[in-house]
Amino acid sequence: MTDVPPAGSPAPIVAGLLRERKEQVAQRWADLPLFQAVFTVTRDEAVEACHAVLESLAEVVESGRPDDIEAPGFSTIRRQLAAMSASRSHSGLSIGQIDREVGALRAAPLDLLESDPGDFGPQERLRAALLWSELLGTLRVVIIETTLQENREIVDRQRQQLMEMATPVIKLWDRLVAVPLIGMLDSARSQVVMENLLEAIVEHNATLVILDITGVPTVDSLVAQHLMKTVASARLMGADCVISGIRPAIAQTIVQLGLDLGPVTTRATLADALELALERQSEVPKGLLPRQ
Amino acid sequence: MSTDERTETTLPVRNDTDLMAVRQQVRAMAQRLGFGLVQQTKLVTAASELARNTLVHGGGGSVSLEPTSDGDGREGLTLRFVDEGPGIPDVELALRDGYSTAGGLGMGLSGSKRLVNDFSVDTAPGRGTTVSITLWSPLAPFGRR
Ligand SMILES: Nc1ncnc2c1ncn2[C@@H]1O[C@H](COP(=O)(O)OP(=O)(O)O)[C@@H](O)[C@H]1O
Ligand SMILES: [Mg+2]
Repeated sequence: MTDVPPAGSPAPIVAGLLRERKEQVAQRWADLPLFQAVFTVTRDEAVEACHAVLESLAEVVESGRPDDIEAPGFSTIRRQLAAMSASRSHSGLSIGQIDREVGALRAAPLDLLESDPGDFGPQERLRAALLWSELLGTLRVVIIETTLQENREIVDRQRQQLMEMATPVIKLWDRLVAVPLIGMLDSARSQVVMENLLEAIVEHNATLVILDITGVPTVDSLVAQHLMKTVASARLMGADCVISGIRPAIAQTIVQLGLDLGPVTTRATLADALELALERQSEVPKGLLPRQ
Repeated sequence: MSTDERTETTLPVRNDTDLMAVRQQVRAMAQRLGFGLVQQTKLVTAASELARNTLVHGGGGSVSLEPTSDGDGREGLTLRFVDEGPGIPDVELALRDGYSTAGGLGMGLSGSKRLVNDFSVDTAPGRGTTVSITLWSPLAPFGRR
């Protein structure tokens, strides 16, 4: 796994720099926004995190793969810095800003090497500086990649949660369920609504469903089509639908658009729909009549 | 009225998320121009229909939003839906209630026309489609007409 660096390689210089002067580098890094903003409790924590990152970077240098984002040392860094950059990203930083914060790590080791060059001549220091720059460039890619991945996971998770959350089916009464629809009823959402609703109809043996669209901002022909499909499939399962929560502005617009909610019973508010439902239930002796 | 309300905005229409942004922007601009709730709802609904046509039938394109004024106390909002898709061979037919080549309700084009004050279609087979609509705010209370 570990390639031996070729003779005269600057790798030992850089690895030595990162290990032997880790205290000095860490002291400077700990004051940079990247570490300071994440480790808000104690500075010692930040310094400790810096030590871990420095050790991992030293390992990458020794592996001879400073330009390889798959180099083994980076996996530790991924875990460490992913948490940090995710926390920065949660506090509203763009990827560009995070990248700049990571870029700010570059200066400290180079400054130390210049101010205290030890036995190294200018030639060696230059090559060490180049290697360090290359390493940091790779580190930046690693972090951007991890941050993007992290963001993508968050977005996916939220989308899924939103879909589930925004389409609850509530059992209101014996054989009566309600679906308060919230947000735009696009094709994906309406599919989820339909599935949840049909399951709930079976589970609660429902004969009446209230679809409340108070929370649907726009009712256009596609939304209407989805609503009609939902109503039709509920009917196939033996449940009638009432659509409630059609606000006056939406009612006017639907009519002018030429949409016909047709055979579906509608009510202005959820309360009106509930009243209707209870009336119907009192007409039908509970559980005696066969479902139509 | 500040200047940025006067300027034209162009939004992409390439996916469902873009459609959402179009609806939100149209609503926001209609609100800024002082449109009432019914007017806002009509314009947003027409925009939703036409932007979806741009996406579904036109293969994607863009929408531009442009506030206008007739110099007579009326504020208006003009929306232009542009695509470079197949075009509409027979506009009169496409404007018929219930006519759809894609299993839709076929109410988008004809219904939008009823929701707004001005409506025009510029299209030809193979040349894409541009639909322009304008909704005017009602006259000021002491109408200067
Ligand atoms: N931008 C467009 N490009 C091509 N064809 C269109 C476009 N807009 C509408 N059409 C045609 O006009 C028909 C009617 O449109 P519309 O009334 O919105 O109904 P729907 O979208 O439900 O099919 C469409 O089915 C389509 O054939
Ligand atoms: Mg349409």
